[in-house]
Amino acid sequence: MSDPHAGFIIASYAFTALVIGGLVLRAIIDHRAQRRALKQLEARGVRRRSARQEAAP
Amino acid sequence: MPRLSSLWNLANPTRFLGLADRLLPWLAALASALLGVGLYLSFFVAPPDYQQGETVRIMFIHVPAAWLGLFMYVMMSASALGTLVWRHPLADVAQKAAAPIGAAFTFVCLVTGSLWGKPMWGTWWVWDARLTSVLVLFLMYLGIMALWRAVDDPGRAARAVAVLTLVGVVNIPIIKFSVDWWSTLHQPAAVFRIDGPTIHPSMLWPLLVMALGCTVLAIALHVAGMRNEILRRRVRSLRLMEAERLDAGAETAAGAAR
Amino acid sequence: MTRAFLALVLRDLRLAARVGGSGAMGLVFFLMLVAVVPFALGPDLNLLARIGPALLWFSAVLATLIGLDRLFQTDVEDGAIDLILSSDTPLEVLVAAKGVAHWLTTGLPLALCAPLFGLLLALTPGAMLSVAATLVVGTPALTFIGAVGAALTASLGRGGLLLAILVMPLMVPTLIFGVSAASAATAGTIAFLTPFLILAALSLVAIVIGTFAAAAALRQSA
Repeated sequence: MSDPHAGFIIASYAFTALVIGGLVLRAIIDHRAQRRALKQLEARGVRRRSARQEAAP
Repeated sequence: MPRLSSLWNLANPTRFLGLADRLLPWLAALASALLGVGLYLSFFVAPPDYQQGETVRIMFIHVPAAWLGLFMYVMMSASALGTLVWRHPLADVAQKAAAPIGAAFTFVCLVTGSLWGKPMWGTWWVWDARLTSVLVLFLMYLGIMALWRAVDDPGRAARAVAVLTLVGVVNIPIIKFSVDWWSTLHQPAAVFRIDGPTIHPSMLWPLLVMALGCTVLAIALHVAGMRNEILRRRVRSLRLMEAERLDAGAETAAGAAR
Repeated sequence: MTRAFLALVLRDLRLAARVGGSGAMGLVFFLMLVAVVPFALGPDLNLLARIGPALLWFSAVLATLIGLDRLFQTDVEDGAIDLILSSDTPLEVLVAAKGVAHWLTTGLPLALCAPLFGLLLALTPGAMLSVAATLVVGTPALTFIGAVGAALTASLGRGGLLLAILVMPLMVPTLIFGVSAASAATAGTIAFLTPFLILAALSLVAIVIGTFAAAAALRQSA
């Protein structure tokens, strides 16, 4: 692209990619963290009421 | 009424988690495919504008970002109704997950608008009616996110934010109208209109594909955010339960020692 | 219902007038802002006269915000909010009463003193009059929009800054039409009445929406 304004176009696409990438990354990292925390709690024997009822009727 | 009951099942957070786990890969794939095609169309197929040259390519992300900033606010308002009228936990979660996504797209709209404005207007920022309205929308997103952070109980925070969101949704048309009025009042001598009265089909198609792709992407992010939020609430309530139990245990131990 | 309304208005007025109340504080803050701005902009009277109406309006917005965070917070702290919530009178009426009392102690004094402060900014008599008129009509909108924020942040303890962040975007239309009506006398590009009537409409809408939303927020959070 030999446009004089190529820098602006690239900058805006790069910025958008950065923000959207950040959103996606945040969702993935957050998901892992919550799953891990949930697993740790369950390993310590803390269960949700509904889950306990299913496990021991 | 089988349809109503299936809708009711979907509203159960556990069912929602299952559905989200199944749905998310498909949504992500669809979004990537649409965005891939959209980027190809907007970079290699769409012609440069006869007035703005290649810079018009910024439009293909700027306009979808603006659309999604509004779209996420509408999602938030619908969820706010769900929170206030039906007191549904899933509505709380939907409200909370939508805010950062909407704010991010609004921010993208502002930054790309600024990057588009520099070569076109010669300045980074113009107090143009549309840009200014988007700025106020962004400020409202920031306020909503600040309120989410300020209240620690999730249920109460959701109801407070719901009131604010609905007041905001009543205000958005008023703000839009007043900013338009204000901008015509202070109209500078020559303002370059960013969009012509009509848009050529060769540019409309890439724009539509990009808008659709971004919408699917935003929905996927929203579903993922809701899933994370449900899990976060579970972790929170389990931690509270554990703390309670440890407390009770400590008390009985103290009683036995005495 | 009217009796409860009046009783609450009178109680808030008395509280504002007594020691620890915020009766004259908004006004003093308003004077401070008007007095400090020329130090930033320079003492050029032509410039000050041109931006004077906008300056007075902006100062009014800030002065209204300063007192707002205590609107419901004091009631939450001393427990009066439980009496208000459990009273037979509809909560909306009582919220309206608190809003009216706040406007009587903040908005109305600001509007009445604005011509006086206009002297400092070299406003013409016509401009002074239009600023005062727009402030009388427009400050109820500021108070009632702010009441929503005050109700949302009432039980947070440290609501002041958050309140400003929440309500300032919503005050944009009021500011726009208030300033354009106020500066119509000096700028002369548009008629005074058009923005003035829209400002009045905004105030009426804000009173209704603000009352209901603030009541809803109090019910949810308290």
